[in-house]
Parts: sequence; structure tokens; C-alpha cells
Amino acid sequence: MPTRSAMRVWSKIHTWSSIISTVFLLLLCITGLPLIFNHELNHALYDEVEPAQLPADAPKANLDTVVANGLAKLPGHAVQFMFWDRDEPELIWLSVGKAVDSDPKDNRLLKLDSRTAQFLEEVDFRSRITYVIYRLHVDMYAGLPGKLFLGLMGLLFCVAIVSGVVLYWPSTRKLDFGTMRRDRPRLVRWLDLHNLLGVVTVVWALTVGFTGVINTWADLIFKLWQNDQLVAMTQAYKDRSVPQGPTSVDGAVAAAREAMPGMQPSFVAFPGNPFSSKSHYAVFMRGETPLTSRLLRPALIEAETGKLTDSRDLPLYATALLVSQPLHFGDYGGMPLKILWAAMTIATIVVLITGLYLWVVRMRRRRAARPAVRAVFAAAQH
Amino acid sequence: MQRTALQVFAVPIVLGALSAIGLVAALLGDDVWDYVSWLALGVPCVVMAWFWFGAGRWLRRREQE
Repeated sequence: MPTRSAMRVWSKIHTWSSIISTVFLLLLCITGLPLIFNHELNHALYDEVEPAQLPADAPKANLDTVVANGLAKLPGHAVQFMFWDRDEPELIWLSVGKAVDSDPKDNRLLKLDSRTAQFLEEVDFRSRITYVIYRLHVDMYAGLPGKLFLGLMGLLFCVAIVSGVVLYWPSTRKLDFGTMRRDRPRLVRWLDLHNLLGVVTVVWALTVGFTGVINTWADLIFKLWQNDQLVAMTQAYKDRSVPQGPTSVDGAVAAAREAMPGMQPSFVAFPGNPFSSKSHYAVFMRGETPLTSRLLRPALIEAETGKLTDSRDLPLYATALLVSQPLHFGDYGGMPLKILWAAMTIATIVVLITGLYLWVVRMRRRRAARPAVRAVFAAAQH
Repeated sequence: MQRTALQVFAVPIVLGALSAIGLVAALLGDDVWDYVSWLALGVPCVVMAWFWFGAGRWLRRREQE
């Protein structure tokens, strides 16, 4: 058993890291809970135009036709990104801006059929309640500072978990695992519940907490990759002018597929976009398993000639971000995993609330004890 | 009764290891890997519910009788 004074320090660490972060962690858990089912909620709450029913092996449409059909709905705009969802291969999404280099924050989202190239609908996702919940969860509508602040709260959460595990020992050493002293006052009962749920969720909470922290650094990691690997890959094209009438995106994706057999396109950044250079299509290829489907490998395709000029594995820091995403979202093991994710989230909410209650009661007791202590000291002096 | 660290942390360590297996398995593949993941991550959830909602108390009372 660590010494009494060491435990006092751990107790202080646990108390303060929790107090500072609890309100924000409650926000993150309560908004995170519906976000686990984001996809299902959007399907249930909003009428969505479904793609045609075709056999699974129906041939894919030419991507240039997809772009043309998309832009026909938004004349004068430019496609910035084209992307696919591994779970819905019958769809292609276009992220369209006023120009190819306009701020992607204002982009409009078009949904098309990947087999017929038919335009299905524009998805006004920003007007949806799920988007409001998403923004509250990700940055509280405060942009990068909001993200980084929540990241800091996430780090405090991790500190609270680790210090909580240390305190679990003296707190339960006289009890069997999972003992709930139901006939005792609420303070004791809630301490037992706090200990039980806290210690059982440790590994999940640390994983989701820390991968969440890594996600708050996504913008910074992207900037780093852009200035590091992307610049190195496109150095020779620095002084080229923008290609007039770039070649086919269908050809660019075909060239990337040829260079990386067995891999699928995840998204394409169009020439002039921050994910690419003004002279290239950047085709980000993915693998086929739940894990490798998140690990991207960019192929740069010269827009004028349609030839592959460079392809490299992402640096470790970018791979770390990509691996941390599924581990935070819980979206890689079907509906049962999502339900388990929700159960763990609810348990975490209970840990937060019981923890807050324990602190409030102890504070109140200490405050109530103070005049008594003072009286004792006063009496002793006389 | 005073339990040693190993006694205190034995169950949490097993549940933590199961959680870790559950978190990783579904990343590595579909189908079987998913089932392993649901099972491994499901155990800690069931354990929480079991003790929280009183089944654990029922078990102990039976032991005492």
C-alpha cells in the first residue's frame, strides 16, 4: 500500500482534474451518445433519397459523368472533394465549393449514385440537429481554440482516470469486488457505484478519451502533413501554372488503382485544393479491412497528363490520427458495438455524476466542520 | 479483511484485458472478429449491470445461507 501522504497527493490530483473537466466531460458524453448513432439518426429523422436497387456487382459509373451531373445542379461551382463511404458503396459524395480553393467550411454536399451517376440530392447537413450536436461535441462552435480546449479537458479526464485507479485500492481494499453497500447512506452507495463503474470502464474510457484528444489535433496534424510530406511530393510543381481544363478524374482514379492493386479510393482532392497541389489530383487510397480502410495512402496524379507522379505512405503522426478515429467513434463493428459503446458512455456519465456528488457532499461536510474546528482551537487558546 | 493489491485489482485487470481485446478485435476484421469484439466488450457491460442492479447481492446472500 502506498503511504498515506502519497495517497493524499493522488486524491488531490483526482479531485482537481475531475472538478475542472467534469462539466465539459458531461457535455462530451451527452452529445457523444447520440453521435454514436449519427448515421441511423440521420436516416430516421430526415427523408433521404435512396439509390436505385441494383445487383451488388453492377458496374460503376464513369466518375467524370458523376462530376458533370453534380455540377449541373450547382453551375459555376467547383468540386473540391469526391469521396466514398465503405459501408455504402452505392453512393458517391461530392463536396462542392464556389471555387476549387474557396474555404471548405462553406462547401455544399451532393449525393450521387455510384452506378448510374444519377444526382440524388443535396444534403443540407448544417441545418440538422445532428450537426448541432456534432459541433457542440467537437468544438462548442468555437473553432480550433474550442477543439484544443476540449482536448485539454480530455487530457484531464485521462489524468482523473489514472488517479482514480490508484485510489480504487485504498477505497475498496476491505470490500469484495462489486460490493454495493445498499443499506448505507447515499454517500456510501454512490461511492460504491462510482468505484464499480469507474474501474470496469477504465480501458474503454482511457481509449475513447485519449483518441478523442488526438482527434482535437486533427487540424494541426493536417497542417503538419501539408507542410511536410505534401510539399515534398509536389516541390517540382511549385512554379507551374494552374492546368487549363484538367484531365479526367476517372482517369486519375484508374491510374491510382493501377499503381496500388487491391486498394480502393477513399477520397479524391481536386487540383488547387489544400489536400493536393494546383497541378495534381490527390487520390487517397485505402485498404479493405476495418483498420486498413482507415489507413490512407495518397497518390498524386498530374492533372495535365493523368500520370502518377508520386505516392508515399502517410507519416506516423497522420497514421496515428487515422487509427484513433474509429477507436473514438466506435463505428467499426456494426450495431452491437455501437450499443456497447452507448452502454459504456452511460456508465461514464454515471461515474461523472456520482463523482460530482461525492465531491459536493464532502465539501459541504468540511465546510460544516470548519466552525467546530475553529471553536475547538478557540477553546484551546483560552 | 484487508485485500492485497493483486486481490483488489484481479477482476479489474481481467475486465480491462477483455475490453482491450474487444476494442482491437473488430478493427482487425469483419464477421468472426466482430463477434469476438462484442463478446469481449460485452462482458464488462454485463458485469456492471450484474452488480449495479443487485444480482451480485443475490449471489452473496445465497453464499451466506
